Amino acid sequence: MLKVFWRILTRDLLLAMRRRTDVLTTLFFFLIVVSLFPLGVGTERQVLRVLGPGVAWVAALLASMLALERLFAADYEDGTLEQMLLTAQPLALLVLAKVTAHWLLTGLPLVLIAPLVGMQYHLSDTAIGMMMLALLLGTPVLSLIGAIGAALTLGLRGGGILLSLLILPLYIPVLVYGAGAVEVSAVEVADAQPYLMLLSAFLLSSLVLAPLAASAALRISIE
Amino acid sequence: MPSPWFKYASPAAFYPLAGRLIPIFWLLAAGFLLIGLYWGFFETPDQLGGTNPQKEYYRIIFIHVPAAWMSMWLYIVMVGWAAIGLVFNTRLSFMMANAIAPTGAIFTFLALWTGAFWGRPSWGTYWDWDPRLTSELILFFLYVGYIALHSAIDDTRRADRAAALLAIVGLVMVPVIFWSINCPDPNQCAALHQRSGLGRIDGNILFSMLMVTLGFWMYSFATAFTRLRGIILTRERETQWVQAVVSAEVPAGVRP
Repeated sequence: MLKVFWRILTRDLLLAMRRRTDVLTTLFFFLIVVSLFPLGVGTERQVLRVLGPGVAWVAALLASMLALERLFAADYEDGTLEQMLLTAQPLALLVLAKVTAHWLLTGLPLVLIAPLVGMQYHLSDTAIGMMMLALLLGTPVLSLIGAIGAALTLGLRGGGILLSLLILPLYIPVLVYGAGAVEVSAVEVADAQPYLMLLSAFLLSSLVLAPLAASAALRISIE
Repeated sequence: MPSPWFKYASPAAFYPLAGRLIPIFWLLAAGFLLIGLYWGFFETPDQLGGTNPQKEYYRIIFIHVPAAWMSMWLYIVMVGWAAIGLVFNTRLSFMMANAIAPTGAIFTFLALWTGAFWGRPSWGTYWDWDPRLTSELILFFLYVGYIALHSAIDDTRRADRAAALLAIVGLVMVPVIFWSINCPDPNQCAALHQRSGLGRIDGNILFSMLMVTLGFWMYSFATAFTRLRGIILTRERETQWVQAVVSAEVPAGVRP
């Protein structure tokens, strides 16, 4: 089973690497959104410091969601997805592999680019560190829950916007605790521990449950 | 374990039954609402609360709270029918879930709307990011998402099942979302709504709220069944019995 997981993972990464622009577009979208906020709310240092974590998280949500359409779309169009449904391998495993690839291409770059955001919003070093950790725990959850939405809206016209409408309410707990962790760490780092615990809890439960829901959704979408 | 009730799982059998029940539900709804509103306006104290009482405007509670209760209850009922549809593969269950969704959305909107008008005199603001308000807003988005997903998919069977799955996922997430909003700082939790509780409310006020809730519930039955009949006619339009119903209701000489 591990071999199957690895094959799907490497296949998806290879396919994505052949179209590097897709990956980079998501990243630049994140950067642009993050850069727009100071232009809108003013560049006062204190305001930006308060807003920074929240803005970074919302931008991460949006960027993650934009990339979700591509999770299943390419395979759906050329029939590979149908073949995946027909194999003897558990579909949840294949979905998990695809979601892992998706996270490596969209979530992980956001984690790595967080210091840049921190610099733009004048965040302290501890805040930046906490933001990276929170993003590291939270972005996989975004990919996992997003996979459910992507599977439900497979092949629909207007799919992107519909996907956002469906998935954004479900992202709220991650947003609340992810942004909260950074905010609280500014006062006292140890206070962020319950937040990180909750984020890890979300990660673990969605690792188990989201692939199952997404495979059920895939079977519904492709009948 | 067969039961004589199972025959109503067929849209053709349920359609006339619903038609007979709808007027009863409207009557019950009107009755309960009249009792509830009369009681609420004339038999309850003029003020609510001990230390800093709210004056006459508190009476909006008789619409606001029942609407909020119904919005949550209807979501659960909707998910229930969606789950039954997925498990037993019954068309009518999915149709019922679709019929409930708009009523649920309307109650959610009503709760938010009346809540805003209540908030203005009592809290000084139309809106606050209080946990219950925010959760109600999220519930509204869940309803809208259900309706949007269903209408976005052309194939009815796929639409039904996809929306049903979405509703179930939503129900699983609702407690998580509620608790994350209710307790944004796990180190300490506090909220505006928190000091209210059913135990310490005046008996008359509670009675009125319950009457209005029952009235809204009967109303939900009436509207859901009415909408359900429309959905049945639309979906089953190729069948003989629908053609008979439609041609019987259309006068001679007019093309159906």
